[in-house]
Amino acid sequence: MADIAFLLLIFFLVTTTMDVDKGLLVKLPPWTEDTGEEQDIKEKNIFVVLVNAQDQLLVEDEYASLEDVRRLAKEFIDNNGDGTCEGCRGLRDPNSSDNPRKAVISLQNDRGTSYKTFVAVRNELLGAYAELREDVSQRKFGRSYDDLSESDKEAVNEIYPQFISEAEPVKIGG
Amino acid sequence: MATIKKKKKAEVPPLSTASLPDIVFMLLFFFMVTTTMREVTLLVKLKKPLATEIQKLERKDLTTYIYVGAPKSAALGTEPRIQLADQLASVGDVQQWVVLQRESINEAERAKFTVSIKADVDAKMGLISDIKQELRKAQALKLSYSANPAASAEDLFKSY
Repeated sequence: MADIAFLLLIFFLVTTTMDVDKGLLVKLPPWTEDTGEEQDIKEKNIFVVLVNAQDQLLVEDEYASLEDVRRLAKEFIDNNGDGTCEGCRGLRDPNSSDNPRKAVISLQNDRGTSYKTFVAVRNELLGAYAELREDVSQRKFGRSYDDLSESDKEAVNEIYPQFISEAEPVKIGG
Repeated sequence: MATIKKKKKAEVPPLSTASLPDIVFMLLFFFMVTTTMREVTLLVKLKKPLATEIQKLERKDLTTYIYVGAPKSAALGTEPRIQLADQLASVGDVQQWVVLQRESINEAERAKFTVSIKADVDAKMGLISDIKQELRKAQALKLSYSANPAASAEDLFKSY
């Protein structure tokens, strides 16, 4: 009896895999035929992150390293140039974004960019939003964002809606 | 005649094995319940990138996987390829396949359909972008870039 049970046990031990799939959840824009769609967004409301084929970063026309991306993105989102965002504590720089509802992050990469770097940059951008949301939830509700009720989460998301656009890759060089 | 009883040495009784089957059965049931059979054989080399902002994919039955990486078989070269289910495929196959996968789940839950891209760290974004375009065409807009959790942001930066 025990032998048979042992045999089965070993079989299940070998075949079992307990991996849970985890990843960065993103939402793609719907497909449109015309690719050159023009949108009226002011230059200062767009935060441009470029990644070239050598995995180097250019953030808002300046060289940057991966460590800086999160901080720069947070400053940009939280800037609150026109003062309409009540939960923000940004620098109110007139040359940066008006408010988080207008702020758009544009991530553009080369076809030769490695997946590793792309995921790392995407991770930092998501992290910037996550940190801002966490911050405002601690101030307003005194609790972590993860512990908030659905309606409170919506309220926080209202302050910091997430606009990250993954632009079509271009052949920048390399 | 009085016999002198020899005092027996106090020996440790042998361990009873009567409960062994019970223990084994318990373990057996545990593994039977938790087991999920490996659904696909990986034909590509896969080393997932690290990330910190990851979320768990709740429903496995609503998720479809696309694997991207260099083929394991040397005869197929080193250029990263796409694997759908059990075979290597080209970018053109992705759209139709994703639509078929979505059709196989029941209608009420189709909105929650998620595609998980499990790509190798060395894959190039050109291929990933092509897949993304196909997914947009297939109206499968919920996407997950599969990644392994990094212990901290420092660990993540160190790997570059």
